Amino acid sequence: MDTSRRRFLRELGTAAVGVGCLPLLDPARWLQEAAPVDATPSTTQWAMIIDLDKCRRNDVREACMSACRREHNVPRVPDPEEAIDWIWTEEYQHAFPDQVHARTAVAWREAPVLVLCNHCTNPPCVKVCPTKATWKRETDGIVMMDMHRCIGCRYCMAACPYGARSFNWRDPRPFVERDAGDKPLSEYPTRAAGVVEKCTFCSERVRTGRPPACVEAANAVSGAEGALTFGDVTDPESDVSRILQSEPTICRRVSLGTGPNVYYRVSRAPAPATDREGA
Amino acid sequence: MRDRTGIILGLGAFLLILAYPVWQALGSTADPARPALQRSVDPSGCVEDTTYMVARHQDLLNTWRTDVVRDGRRFYPATSGKEYEMSLTGTCMGCHTDSQAFCERCHAYADVTITCWSCHVAPEGL
Repeated sequence: MDTSRRRFLRELGTAAVGVGCLPLLDPARWLQEAAPVDATPSTTQWAMIIDLDKCRRNDVREACMSACRREHNVPRVPDPEEAIDWIWTEEYQHAFPDQVHARTAVAWREAPVLVLCNHCTNPPCVKVCPTKATWKRETDGIVMMDMHRCIGCRYCMAACPYGARSFNWRDPRPFVERDAGDKPLSEYPTRAAGVVEKCTFCSERVRTGRPPACVEAANAVSGAEGALTFGDVTDPESDVSRILQSEPTICRRVSLGTGPNVYYRVSRAPAPATDREGA
Repeated sequence: MRDRTGIILGLGAFLLILAYPVWQALGSTADPARPALQRSVDPSGCVEDTTYMVARHQDLLNTWRTDVVRDGRRFYPATSGKEYEMSLTGTCMGCHTDSQAFCERCHAYADVTITCWSCHVAPEGL
């Protein structure tokens, strides 16, 4: 036995490194990591197209927003710091900050834009949720919320670049609109203090084959037919696919790579009126 | 050995006290405090049999929630072969129309707090 202590230790170290490298030989590991993040597209991906021009009308946007509030018992909290919004109006310059340049006309900058959750293909809110209270539903691509599981950490609110999520700072029930019999306008569950909520693309309506409440309400306003279009982008025959194929559309903050599924139709929009009724 | 009687008596008394819940329950066959629950509006029966529903309705509701919210399913195939829409306000409260007289009364008796109605809209209002 001519092994010295030094040599024995050296061989031991080499062997340890060798054993540590063994997992690298597993081909499955490399194949898995090479696949792109969103390699598993959902069978259906609901999407919405908002006509920027038609939705500049106050009554159209108000119809959408109030239909949403009524459908989901969304509370109207008076304090703007604590406001809860599923679909709301934002100025063009805030909805599309990367589209605005030094010479964008003021009328355009301040033009009202209807905004909501984008139900992203690659949603950052889902990645940060520690309890899987929010997730991308594989069956229809809706970014869902499970209020039972939300612990109110608000990571998702920090992660969402569109500000599409609202936190219930207090019990929302006193702020829910009631009918004459003091009942909420809808059977949809209200939320509790301490949970985050957002648009769900009206999953409860969509599953019974009806369009989202905002889409139905907007298209019912006379002269605003087609203001909002809803459909499956993975179906080439759907209305949304047809519009996306034939007209120029934009999305909010595409450069972030979130893959929004709410599109904005811009082709027919003439120069906006200079009045600021919608701002 | 002089303490034997005392020890046996003491042990007996101790066991008797320890078994209080058992003999107290045996003594009263009919519990007068048992709440009278609202009967279902629909006499054709619940989604599952009563014994199962009394013991396991909470698990059933949790499963329904996961199926509807997470997996996007709508209908529950019952053991009887019938299919029911999985909906607390629609299906359950369609028959048990009064959450106070049905859910709350029994839960108060069992001393189990439920939070369902702090969000879900009970049929008789909030």
